[in-house]
Amino acid sequence: MNEAARQDVTRGLTPRERMSDDLLRPLLQTSWRFWATVALLGSVVATGLGTWAYQMYRGFGMTGINMPVYWAFYITTFVFWIGISHAGTLISAILRLVNAGWRRPVTRCAEVITVFALMIGALFPIIHLGRPWLFFWLVPYPSERGIWPNFRSPLVWDFFAINTYLTGSVLFLFLPMIPDFALVRDKTTGWRHRVYGALALGWQGTPKQWHRLEAAMQIMAIAIIPVAVSVHTIVSFDFSMALVPMWHSAIFGPYFVAGAIFSGIAALIIAMAALRRFLHLEDYLHPVHFQNLGKLLLMMSLLWAYFIFNERLTVWYGNEPAEREVFLVTQRGSFAPLFWTMVVCNFVIPFVILSIKKLRTITGCVIASFTVVIGMWLERFLIVVPSLGHKYLPYTWGQYRPRPVEIIIVLSTFSAMVLLYVLFSKLVPIISIWELKVGEHYVADATPRAAAEHPLLKAHP
Amino acid sequence: MAHRWGMAVDLDRCTGCGACVTACHAENNIPTVGPEQAARGRAMHWIRVERYWEGDFPDVRLKFRPVMCQQCDAAPCEPVCPTYASHHTEDGLNAQVYNRCIGTRYCANACPYNVRFFDFFNPQWPKPLHLQLNPDVSIREVGVMEKCTFCVQRISAVQTQAKADKRDIKDGEIKPACAQACPAKALVFGDLNDPESEVSRLAESSRGSKLLEDLGTLPKVTYLARASDI
Repeated sequence: MNEAARQDVTRGLTPRERMSDDLLRPLLQTSWRFWATVALLGSVVATGLGTWAYQMYRGFGMTGINMPVYWAFYITTFVFWIGISHAGTLISAILRLVNAGWRRPVTRCAEVITVFALMIGALFPIIHLGRPWLFFWLVPYPSERGIWPNFRSPLVWDFFAINTYLTGSVLFLFLPMIPDFALVRDKTTGWRHRVYGALALGWQGTPKQWHRLEAAMQIMAIAIIPVAVSVHTIVSFDFSMALVPMWHSAIFGPYFVAGAIFSGIAALIIAMAALRRFLHLEDYLHPVHFQNLGKLLLMMSLLWAYFIFNERLTVWYGNEPAEREVFLVTQRGSFAPLFWTMVVCNFVIPFVILSIKKLRTITGCVIASFTVVIGMWLERFLIVVPSLGHKYLPYTWGQYRPRPVEIIIVLSTFSAMVLLYVLFSKLVPIISIWELKVGEHYVADATPRAAAEHPLLKAHP
Repeated sequence: MAHRWGMAVDLDRCTGCGACVTACHAENNIPTVGPEQAARGRAMHWIRVERYWEGDFPDVRLKFRPVMCQQCDAAPCEPVCPTYASHHTEDGLNAQVYNRCIGTRYCANACPYNVRFFDFFNPQWPKPLHLQLNPDVSIREVGVMEKCTFCVQRISAVQTQAKADKRDIKDGEIKPACAQACPAKALVFGDLNDPESEVSRLAESSRGSKLLEDLGTLPKVTYLARASDI
């Protein structure tokens, strides 16, 4: 019996009560630190929004975009956030379907990343528009002029794909929250009781309700996987459908999906480490979770290296003039420092840290994840910009340099992500309480090893 | 019979004087962005004269190539536009509807010729330059794409006149500003569906080729090679 469990016994708490207590604490107690964090993050987000307003007011020329580099920072960051969104839903759906026991404390923090990253990512195509106030022309609404969006355009496919994924992810996030909302409803009074009561949708925990919840989650978990794969494939179509050197490539679909899952896992590891530290969830998020996710990250790092090797080798060997120029400018020319930084961040560092068992600690996994996040942002930048700057006619070649407006807006979205995450973990139990409790029933009987590793069970008297 | 407007550019005649560029700016109300913005890559020239140097010093040869929108039959810019701002007219022109454009700039990325331009700011004409604006051409606001139209305002003016006179359009009757201004007569405009037209004759020339022909965009502009290059 460990120290925490001994204290529980003296306080007369069963482990299940302690679990509810621990996980509901962030909802019921708020320190000044929370408000300070929200104020800080909120002001950064407000700065970003103000900068966007300034960009619209002064004109799009406040960015560094030029002829011929018409897409740059915003589209890079768009692809980046849509990639991050693959953290959640896809990973959690797969882990649910294979019934990996260790997933239980992980799924919700993952699913939340998906929803927020999609919301932020979907903003970028609007921010990057020349006339953002007309973005609704992408919506197929019946207009009096009988004009529809152009369904042949990959941007319209994108619009539908992202909306489908967002809707699916919100449902997938919301369904397993229902029993937890009911728990909060039962444990609170006043406005919280009313709000969480409404969110719990009349949950009473009858066998029929449980059965329906399980069935709905099973359906969603299966349905969301093809949606997630299609979303990033369609994002890659934005590039691969265009006749641009090194964009027009059949490898882009799987390459983008793999990259998305890669950066998604990295984001999940960072989020989990932050939650563990700031919400004191050491009893729930164990080193084994980080090690397992670290192994997944290692696998994705190898897969990423495999893809980029394929992409670059075929271009180099093919030696087609237009593609060769783009290849050389990234490999040896002005983009070479970024290129090799990307290789170090996405492959060298994660490979070394994650393949050596001694280094695959929580800190190690977090360091590797940070480098992967940076590397994957660079990867998207190196896909978007060098190709546009080096199209077919050398007379029109150009360079790109970001300007303050773009940098501020892009940085502020990272702040927006953290802010949304902080607010969410304040309003909803960030770890699925009922799923953890269900997990307890699988103690010794023929459960997979991963589930048995969950040391929470040892606290059980 | 529907028209199919096209152009022929005789590279042997082009002297690189830039009169076409100036005429185009004046005719189509294309703003000059100033030196600072031009250095940032925001200059807009619906037609440009590309300069290429060949050989090593002192045996250097300077070559010019005027490049405007190639009015492709299989235009890569058209399918990618989410709002149909970039679309094909019945006359085969590659039209840009400014009012429908939301500024994704996808068309410009998809265009292999880089002949599509974005309005980074609202256009300005310092006085008295505003007096020379062409009333037949709309002014584009910030955030939309624009490009060579083959001087569609001139085409429709002649078409309207011919219809009123109940006659066919004569070959050479329509002249885009660039062709009109070219002192060497390097630019020839006309109807490719009319086998008798000069542009049809030049398009069939053994000196003729299309720019980046292997991409399969089916441009309607034919480049006639220099005699020294054949």
